[in-house]
Amino acid sequence: MLRKLSIIAAVAGLAFAGQALAAGHPLPPKDVQWSFEGPFGKFDQAQLQRGYKVYREVCSSCHSMKLLSFRNLGDKGGPFYNEKYKNSNDNPWVKAIAKDYEVADIDSETGDAIKRPATSADRFPSPFANEVAARGANGGALPPDMSLLAKARSGGPDYIYSLLTGYVDPPAGLKVGPGQHYNPYMPGDLTAYWSGSHEHVPPGGFIAMAQPLKDGQVTFDDGTKSTLDQQAKDVSAFLMWAAEPKLEERKQTGFAVIIYLLLLSGLLYASYKTVWRNESH
Amino acid sequence: MSGHSTYQPKTGFERWLDARLPIIRLGYDSFVDYPTPRNLNYWWTFGGILSLCLASQLITGIILVMHYTPSADHAFASVEHIMRDVNYGWLIRYMHANGASMFFIAVYIHMMRGLYYGSYKAPREVLWLLGCVIYLLMMATAFMGYVLPWGQMSFHGAVVITNLFGALPIVGESITTWLWGGFAVDNATLNRFFSLHYLLPFMIAGVVILHIWALHVVGQNNPTGVEPKSKADTVPFTPYATVKDGFAMSVFLILFAFFVFYMPNALGHADNYIEANPLVTPSHIVPEWYFLPFYAILRAVPDKLMGVLAMFGAIACLFALPWLDTSKVRSMRYRPTAKVYFMIFVVACCILGLCGAKLPDDKVIPHLTTFKLIDADLNSFVWLSRFASLYYFAFFLVILPILGLKEKPLPVPESIASPALTEKKG
Repeated sequence: MLRKLSIIAAVAGLAFAGQALAAGHPLPPKDVQWSFEGPFGKFDQAQLQRGYKVYREVCSSCHSMKLLSFRNLGDKGGPFYNEKYKNSNDNPWVKAIAKDYEVADIDSETGDAIKRPATSADRFPSPFANEVAARGANGGALPPDMSLLAKARSGGPDYIYSLLTGYVDPPAGLKVGPGQHYNPYMPGDLTAYWSGSHEHVPPGGFIAMAQPLKDGQVTFDDGTKSTLDQQAKDVSAFLMWAAEPKLEERKQTGFAVIIYLLLLSGLLYASYKTVWRNESH
Repeated sequence: MSGHSTYQPKTGFERWLDARLPIIRLGYDSFVDYPTPRNLNYWWTFGGILSLCLASQLITGIILVMHYTPSADHAFASVEHIMRDVNYGWLIRYMHANGASMFFIAVYIHMMRGLYYGSYKAPREVLWLLGCVIYLLMMATAFMGYVLPWGQMSFHGAVVITNLFGALPIVGESITTWLWGGFAVDNATLNRFFSLHYLLPFMIAGVVILHIWALHVVGQNNPTGVEPKSKADTVPFTPYATVKDGFAMSVFLILFAFFVFYMPNALGHADNYIEANPLVTPSHIVPEWYFLPFYAILRAVPDKLMGVLAMFGAIACLFALPWLDTSKVRSMRYRPTAKVYFMIFVVACCILGLCGAKLPDDKVIPHLTTFKLIDADLNSFVWLSRFASLYYFAFFLVILPILGLKEKPLPVPESIASPALTEKKG
């Protein structure tokens, strides 16, 4: 019986391990060591600031981040949080960042549609007026909103980092259409574009976005060397923060809750033993 | 089993109230003095754990509704508003989402316990049936709840599942339109699912009361499956069962907290963080893990209508179980052959769960091509799910009815106290 079960378990295990490497599937994302991993993980504020700069200067020209407001940048755990400004709307760095953006509004006197500089309370404005405009400017492809990107892709920040650093020349025999780029980490099925044998279809898929980051693309204010690898890491960390801004609070609360529950369980177990000490069962 | 009440009102107020509404007497008889078999093991703590799950889902759910907007245009953003702007909104939402999974973990263990120890046999048939009704309501509630965040998986999951009713002959199409409130899954669907998602938990709570009532009429089953015969066989519910249940609940909460605080999205699907878009279908639509075994049964059958019937049949088997098992012996502890078939049944259910998560044509053993049987390679998840489904139905419809008549059970103890007092339990 037990032997039968262990054979079944072994087969199931093999099946799991084998699936990831089968032809046609994207490469598994590279494993990056993030500061926010593990039960005590925290965001690295300097990294978030660099990541924000990458987002601002590169990503935001096509990608919206609709669910975030400027004030979020100054929230606890955020890239521009400062203890002096508990209310992030008062944070001078946040105010300065917001002022650089223009948002649509209605003139309170005339009712005319106007543009005014953003305030900390405003949402990040989107680069395109609507989906049609976004597709029109990007060869038919829609740049996804980045607010939740790090949670909306399996692999999360590892996947975003791998994709950004994973652009390679397409293998010979792969027909890449106009406005398409090969990336081995992109999900997809390349069988139809592959002239070689069906057993050796290259991993990954096509992506409409050309490689967005290159060495030296962004100048980091803290003097960090601006390599492709660094930019990709920083922007992935920033996007993880954007998707899960309460991550630090969650992990810290969790630690306290689990310690409490362990103590409670210990006490209850002792009570159980005491109550039942004279009863056989 | 309940016997007559031993409650003695102590204060003047209690005497006054007891003569008018004996509610303290009810509580005392049900949760203090109630005799429980002394040999209950930890598998019996899941009833208490399940009430905890229900309470947690109700409380977190009611708070979520204070901030959620049931509208196809605003639902997704309102959930993110809860996650980002509501104080401890992330905690409430992660508790509710993971709480559903915890609820199902507990209910599956609770059901398997009932199955193993024969808790569905006379006189507990109605108790078991009420449990099946709760499970059915839980599935409906969970399915509709998953639609509410209006993510990609919410939307396309709802499309796939509601379309199943379309497979029914003649009335199918009308039923789907009626369920949708239109000609596609849209705002009307979201709103009715929201309404029902709020209603059904209270129906669950109602049936739970009936379930506990029935339990207190027939008394708890126990690992030996032998009814308590004397006072030596039982202990009062409080403190004996309360403290044990309390300990088990606390341990269960550690598991719950681990998911909520350290891997809150592990049981969900990444695609549900993308707002619903009817024009873009996810490459791989999968339901939540607790539906995967039924999803695998559905896909195991090549014909859509037959698949739907098989899926509902799988649940119907649970309802018919008290009359399918012919064995006179309750507990499988004394049914060595049945025990083996039961273990295989548990494995088959897990395999079905695995199959439900995989693409039907994916290979079970990688890089091995065997031969094509009917519509797929034998080495594929669709065939694995066929074998497992076959076993699932055979267990209920063939094995349990025949085995009960043919097997030779081990001797059953005279009373609960006799083996408990002499030998250490097995």
